[in-house]
Amino acid sequence: MNSRLFPVVVLFLVTAFLIGPFFIIVAASVSGGETLAFPPQGLSLKWVAKVFQVESFRESFAMSMLLAIGGTGAALVLGIPASYALSRYRLPFGETIRTVVALPIIVPGIIVGLALLRYLVVPFRFNITLALFLAHTALVLPYAVRVVSASLNNLRSDIEEAAVLLGSSRAGAFFRVVMPNIRSGILAAFILGFVTSFNQVPVSLFLSGPGIRTLPIDMLSYMEITYDPSVAALSALLAFMSIGIVFIAERFLGFSRYV
Amino acid sequence: MSSPAFLSLEKLTLAYGDTVAVKDLDLSIRQGELVAFLGPSGCGKTTTMRSIAGLLKPQSGRISLDGADITRVAANKRSVGLVFQSYALFPHLTVFENVAFGLRLKGLSGTELESRVDAGLKSVGLTSFAARKPAELSGGQQQRVALARSMVMEPKVLLLDEPLSNLDARLRLEMRAELQRVQKETGVTMIFVTHDQGEALSLADRIVVMLNGAIEQIGTPEDIYNRPASAFVADFVGFENIFAIENGRLRAGNGPIALAMPLPHDAAGLAWRPRMVTLGSGPFQGTVRGAAFSGSTREYLLDTPLGALKAEVDAAAPAHSAGTTLAFDLPVEKAAKLERFN
Repeated sequence: MNSRLFPVVVLFLVTAFLIGPFFIIVAASVSGGETLAFPPQGLSLKWVAKVFQVESFRESFAMSMLLAIGGTGAALVLGIPASYALSRYRLPFGETIRTVVALPIIVPGIIVGLALLRYLVVPFRFNITLALFLAHTALVLPYAVRVVSASLNNLRSDIEEAAVLLGSSRAGAFFRVVMPNIRSGILAAFILGFVTSFNQVPVSLFLSGPGIRTLPIDMLSYMEITYDPSVAALSALLAFMSIGIVFIAERFLGFSRYV
Repeated sequence: MSSPAFLSLEKLTLAYGDTVAVKDLDLSIRQGELVAFLGPSGCGKTTTMRSIAGLLKPQSGRISLDGADITRVAANKRSVGLVFQSYALFPHLTVFENVAFGLRLKGLSGTELESRVDAGLKSVGLTSFAARKPAELSGGQQQRVALARSMVMEPKVLLLDEPLSNLDARLRLEMRAELQRVQKETGVTMIFVTHDQGEALSLADRIVVMLNGAIEQIGTPEDIYNRPASAFVADFVGFENIFAIENGRLRAGNGPIALAMPLPHDAAGLAWRPRMVTLGSGPFQGTVRGAAFSGSTREYLLDTPLGALKAEVDAAAPAHSAGTTLAFDLPVEKAAKLERFN
């Protein structure tokens, strides 16, 4: 019995545990049967095709895309200047601000969702789409700040002074020499934020209304009524989309450096 | 000062928050001069340089350049170039674009831009590297790009932060020659900051020695090397035997000691390089504690009534081993007379 066998077995089991459900879902999605089942009964792509025919899926997919792109974009618009200030200036309460910015990761989504519903949407009749947008922006902000800060910290600050002494304004120096050098960090933050927002469930669960819901919530309610394999097919498609994005990011940006 | 000041600092006080880094500094520099700011870290030399560049606003005082008060002029409008210690090249731009950066901001383009950049690269011998990124260059090459990038802007003053300290010995010699050549060819006024006395002595026309945010001594390399004004400067340029004068006598570890010759009245202290100590004859006795052979010379560390003393003699002289008692003298006429003892 060699001592390397045990960790290898554990590694194998953990990997199987993590990735197993994915294979089950993929297998279930090509089932020919009428209900969600594993192992699949027969082989068919009809459930994959059905995903594209369900109208609510199309609408909630559009909503999720809008939130993921818009929310992440907004988080970056706020997060890039915030990261810049945190990494370049010695701010009073700088550490406190860093912690507060990270809070949406720490506070359970259920609490954020409930709080937004109970104290913003209900009393003020706040627009649900707007509330969803704000919530997703806040949820993505910690990732944006963290990833952008990491690339700013890797960039020497004296290049900005060099740019100023060559005639550039301070703001010009930011756009001419800082932004181009943190571009891959910003892209990495965008992808991480996009995936986080797109897969977000607990907050979105509280913030849905007539015709307004994100894709994961829509899948949840679809399953409550219809127990066919199309949800598995959709899940598999989404998983492939995420894998594709992360693969491209890793390939071109060295994504894993930032996360 | 014979010719009028080109760059002058008047009563300049600089601070980081509540910490005063430089206090009431007065200095004037002539056009075309090559000046070194020399001092240990924390003496205020870099701070002073940054304020000339406009990167640090003075708390009080005045900076004027070429007849104009530039105290309140923004850093990007001063015509002051700065070669950073780390070179601060723009990593995303090619060597050509690094050098072109400032010229583009000036509105130059097309063939005029190209010829100015080419001339700049040619002057530092990097024409064939124009298409490379800074990361593909050696440290010495990066520094030359930084030099060209500043020089194509035709600055009135070129500042250099520790220009030789990141280079190896051979490159250091090369860069020193390079800087002298650039200065001679363009006549640009140059100020460089260094903590290395050898660098300052070999490169500068004039050296400003700084300590604790104030000027300790200004002079030519010969002045500084041969006639240090204070104990600090003497120590900095290699006088290793430094004594204060108290009531007409040298103050030593075991109390005051009278030398054979009368001491000068106008000095606060005397300093001898190890080479200036006479060994083998003289009115004093010392015991050899340590000896070191360094090729052309022998160095001795002596225990004497004046305390520990360092002496250096030609290697041709007979060697003395530890424990030997030797006669020695401190010739007053050779000593550097210190105006201040700090």
